[in-house]
Amino acid sequence: MDLSHIFNSKKFFSVAICAVLFSFLSFSAFSQEHASSDTAHATAAEAHDAKPEKEEDISKVILHHIADSHEWHFFGHVALPLPVILWTDNGLVSFLSNKFGHNDHGTELLDADGTKLVYYHGKYYYPESVKSADGTYIAYNNKGEIMNTKPLDISITKNVVSLLISVTILLVVFIGVANAYKKREGKAPKGLQSILEPIIIFVRDDIAKPQLGHKYRGFMPYLLTVFFFVWLNNLMGLIPFFPGGANLTGNIAVTMMLALCTFILTTVNGNKNYWGHVFTPHVPWWLYPLMIPVEIIGLFTKPIALMIRLFANITAGHILILSLISLIFILKSVLVAGIAVPFVLFISVIELVVGFIQAFIFTILSALFIGMAVEEKHAEH
Amino acid sequence: MTLLALNPLVSPDPGLFIWSTVAFLILFFLLSKFAWKPIVKALDERERSIEDALSKAEMAKAEMAKLISENEDLLKEARLERDNILKEAKEIKDQIINDAKDQAKTEGTKLIEKAKDEITNQKLAAMAEIKNQVSSLSLAIAEKVLRKQLEDQDKQQALVNDLLKEVKLN
Repeated sequence: MDLSHIFNSKKFFSVAICAVLFSFLSFSAFSQEHASSDTAHATAAEAHDAKPEKEEDISKVILHHIADSHEWHFFGHVALPLPVILWTDNGLVSFLSNKFGHNDHGTELLDADGTKLVYYHGKYYYPESVKSADGTYIAYNNKGEIMNTKPLDISITKNVVSLLISVTILLVVFIGVANAYKKREGKAPKGLQSILEPIIIFVRDDIAKPQLGHKYRGFMPYLLTVFFFVWLNNLMGLIPFFPGGANLTGNIAVTMMLALCTFILTTVNGNKNYWGHVFTPHVPWWLYPLMIPVEIIGLFTKPIALMIRLFANITAGHILILSLISLIFILKSVLVAGIAVPFVLFISVIELVVGFIQAFIFTILSALFIGMAVEEKHAEH
Repeated sequence: MTLLALNPLVSPDPGLFIWSTVAFLILFFLLSKFAWKPIVKALDERERSIEDALSKAEMAKAEMAKLISENEDLLKEARLERDNILKEAKEIKDQIINDAKDQAKTEGTKLIEKAKDEITNQKLAAMAEIKNQVSSLSLAIAEKVLRKQLEDQDKQQALVNDLLKEVKLN
């Protein structure tokens, strides 16, 4: 497996990201110093209070931006309300997200077709019977976790809309390309076909064939679907406005779904040789009590690593870009934009590459795991 | 699990999980059936046809080379044949010449021999003729001499004396 160039480039990226982080840290250090000298000069406690509150707000804003949402926010107060679908104790309840206004502090009781709900921090809960001390219908246990039970939320959220858009794009593009292949049988590719053909061949020759050998053909549809799904959604996540901006591949539910698909394919296609490696590893028999659990854990760590790798890489990229933009608001000077915007541009370009690399890595590791499962017995090493 | 539940970022949302599973499976089945199958097939077929064309070109090239080498062989053979024919012709010519020479020589020697024989024969014949002529001439001479000698007595005497002298001396 020839991954050296990828690791080299990954190394390059981590170095670049470290460099950016360092500069970011020095900026925040500078800002704190600045702030502390400010407070020293300030007489009232107002600045002292305002500062930490503002910083907390920014991390909240960032997390809010990369999280899912029941509406698609465009600018200011303009947002596209999305349908909320809840599987409650009283059955299916659905309404548009703007039906009850924008109160997400959990202080208002909502009545959706007779089901009492409370909207708190972007999620719908069953309300407590009495208001708690802070005026909400939300109760916490002593660990700080929310005690309220939730209905099953199967709403068409921002991520789901983005998902449906990307699925539509993929279907239109690739069925169109497939038709082009049928129409221009045996001829040279043209237009979109010639853009996508090298990538399809790349997936086949550099991902599927080296990992799966002669059995690659059966897994090509899955690998191609995963590759283009992840890649397109990585790229769409980088578009800051509609129809992008939904952090789909940076959402752990989506990466979990993808990793689960790979895990199911690996498990279903695992041959005698594969299970033999798990249950009769090539170690002295007295090591079996140690090795077999390790091997079994290994079965699950592989897809979990897949899930976390994609989620963490994409989320980290989004947080980085948002943090750099937030510098302008943390330092409260539009001049910071002169530094922050080029940095954002730089990171965005890196994220474009990361979007491709992560799609590639997810696909090649899926192919590798499936390849390990279907590998024929060969000389021991 | 409590650790995961603490941060909303790392707690998978069941709604999105369900939707993404459904959407991804639909995408997978539709793309497999309507996109990947024909695309991969078309790519394979095109690659095969390109490979075919390349191998055919290679074959044609080999065929060409074979033909050329065959032609060369033929030419070489023809040249050899020609050389052989020329050599043979030369040999035949030489042989004919030699034969002719030999024949001429033997013929010549035969002729010379014959001529020599003839000459000898002629010589012998001439000699015999000459001998006959000489004997008849000498007979005639002797007759004439005798007649002259015997015409005169004195001379006869002298001759007898001479003859006698010769006998005495002996």
